[in-house]
Amino acid sequence: MGVENLLLGFHIAITPFNLFVAVVGITLGTVIGVLPGLGGANGVAILLPLTFTMPPTSAIILLTSLYWGALFGGAITSVLFNIPGEPWSVATTFDGYPLARQGKGGQALTAAFTSSFVGALFSIVLITFFAPLLAEIALRFGPPEFFAIQLLTFSSFIGLGGGDPLKSLVSIVLGFVLAAVGLDIVTGQLRMTFGFIDLMKGFDFIVAVIGLFGVGEILLSVEEGLSFRGIATGMNLRVVLDTWKVLPRYYRTFVRGAFIGFWMGFKPGGATPASFMSYAFAKRFSKHPERFGTGELEGVVAPETAAHAAGVAAMLPMLTLGIPGSPTAAVMLGGLIIWGLQPGPLLFTEKPDFVWGLIASMYTGNIIGVLMVLAFVPFFAAILRIPFAILTPLIVAICAIGSYAVHNSMIDIWYMLIFGVVGYVFKKLDYPLAPLVLALVLGDLAENALRQSLIMSQGSLAIFVTRPIAGAITAVAIFFFVLPVVTPWWRRRRGTPLPTASLRET
Amino acid sequence: MRVADLATASVLILLGGVVVFDSIRIGIGWGTDGPKSGFFPFWLGVIMIATCVAIIARAWRRSTDTPFVTRAQLVPVLKVLWPATLMVILVKPLGLYVASALYMGFYMRWVGRHGWVVVALCAIGVPVLTFLVFETWFLVPMPKGPLEAWLGY
Repeated sequence: MGVENLLLGFHIAITPFNLFVAVVGITLGTVIGVLPGLGGANGVAILLPLTFTMPPTSAIILLTSLYWGALFGGAITSVLFNIPGEPWSVATTFDGYPLARQGKGGQALTAAFTSSFVGALFSIVLITFFAPLLAEIALRFGPPEFFAIQLLTFSSFIGLGGGDPLKSLVSIVLGFVLAAVGLDIVTGQLRMTFGFIDLMKGFDFIVAVIGLFGVGEILLSVEEGLSFRGIATGMNLRVVLDTWKVLPRYYRTFVRGAFIGFWMGFKPGGATPASFMSYAFAKRFSKHPERFGTGELEGVVAPETAAHAAGVAAMLPMLTLGIPGSPTAAVMLGGLIIWGLQPGPLLFTEKPDFVWGLIASMYTGNIIGVLMVLAFVPFFAAILRIPFAILTPLIVAICAIGSYAVHNSMIDIWYMLIFGVVGYVFKKLDYPLAPLVLALVLGDLAENALRQSLIMSQGSLAIFVTRPIAGAITAVAIFFFVLPVVTPWWRRRRGTPLPTASLRET
Repeated sequence: MRVADLATASVLILLGGVVVFDSIRIGIGWGTDGPKSGFFPFWLGVIMIATCVAIIARAWRRSTDTPFVTRAQLVPVLKVLWPATLMVILVKPLGLYVASALYMGFYMRWVGRHGWVVVALCAIGVPVLTFLVFETWFLVPMPKGPLEAWLGY
């Protein structure tokens, strides 16, 4: 049955228009991934208004292709410029940049793109088989189960996100509070509007994404004083083919990276810790761990495989449960709602053409993507040679246009600026932004699930532990919540030092 | 870092207080058909205040004295921010395209000191391109001002 559906999907994904859309999406996405301050999430957010008039399947193909492009694009700047365009490509710079300095930029890039592709493919195959199963299970979920999954989502930010647990919690709560502003859809009561009409609409998370990630990131980059000194790509067909001959040697790293990526990716918190973990594992199991950091090809393969596998895996909960695994997936979820689709398990039975078109387009999109980036690297790398005094105002202006277009509302441009400043301050103080965005997206859903569950149980919180599925999920969530408290205590008992590296996630 | 940490947490506590206050006003208990509107935000506010108090306590005990932002860092940030604010103010009277053109041109000339040709090309070219994409191709309207009206849009 899976194969039949997938064939139906390919039927949709391979139409000339959808292939064209995928090419446009990947081109834009790679450009966005290369540019500092424009990542996958806000790239998708800015382009979202343009998809309102498109058929939903083509629209989601455009946005997902953009996402794949951004994932590929991050590797280009890491290797050639030592600037991670995205947080999950930080680990790629460790060995990618030294390789480029040794004149092996072509090898490093080929390895990065190929690993990305392998990681993505692994996750897509898993999604193809697991998504329908998960959707079927999720059909039997009631409000308590959904609320338990939400708990799990946010607890994994605290327990596994790698950031400051207290500040992660504050980010989550702040997101929920912002989501609660405006009309309470259950009772019709106005909340926290204090008589301001503009507050009645509440805060749109798409505008928050553009402000927090777009404007905030730009402010951070100008602060560091941008100066790009790139290294020539040194890319040609010969290099690509020669590198491909070497790569199968690292099959263990590929497999490990893909598993880590998928495992980390379908839970929020995802791609960035996955890339670091995969790098650390590759180093530990290597015969020459001392070569890592000086230009080891394996050090590029490991993080890129994991990051791309995680990036793709983030689509799994978005499709099957209606709960996004990353800010980018969250923006796409917002798109689904705007296009008139109800995200969640019912999507598989009600809109099979959409779901399978999307899944098939993941295959075609990544194949087109890897070929395009391999062929056009010099072109994409040239973008970073544009002076930053031109890029900066350009990106700010694009952000302003994007935020206005979401609702044709002037106040949203102001919100964008405010969110930009908040994003800048939060990022500097190590408050993670991804949980805030996800809480803002899921706020209404989580609150409704909680209230409906409480109505079912006559106000008793026990409902989240007594129902078998909800209970199991809640238990895992509570485990993640207490993890930051338990870990230091456990380490002290065993006498191992605390890790000092903290990971940032956007 | 400590001052910024304390200040941010304090602002968030204040925000939490506002949330709790408003939630109590609309009711945090059990209504006729389930929890009242204030129930969920009330507990959010409580968690926010409690967590921020913990952050303040921790920052008080141990925190680095590295400055949150140095003057050399702040200046380029403000150079992006205040013209951007001006742009947003100008959107209403002039329209988004003209305002963004002015902003881009101003920043490129002022910070980047690029030649007039480059500045004009970017500052006019980009809004024209966005106009074509948004207004004519995808039919997404943007705020327009006298210039667009004069051109007949």
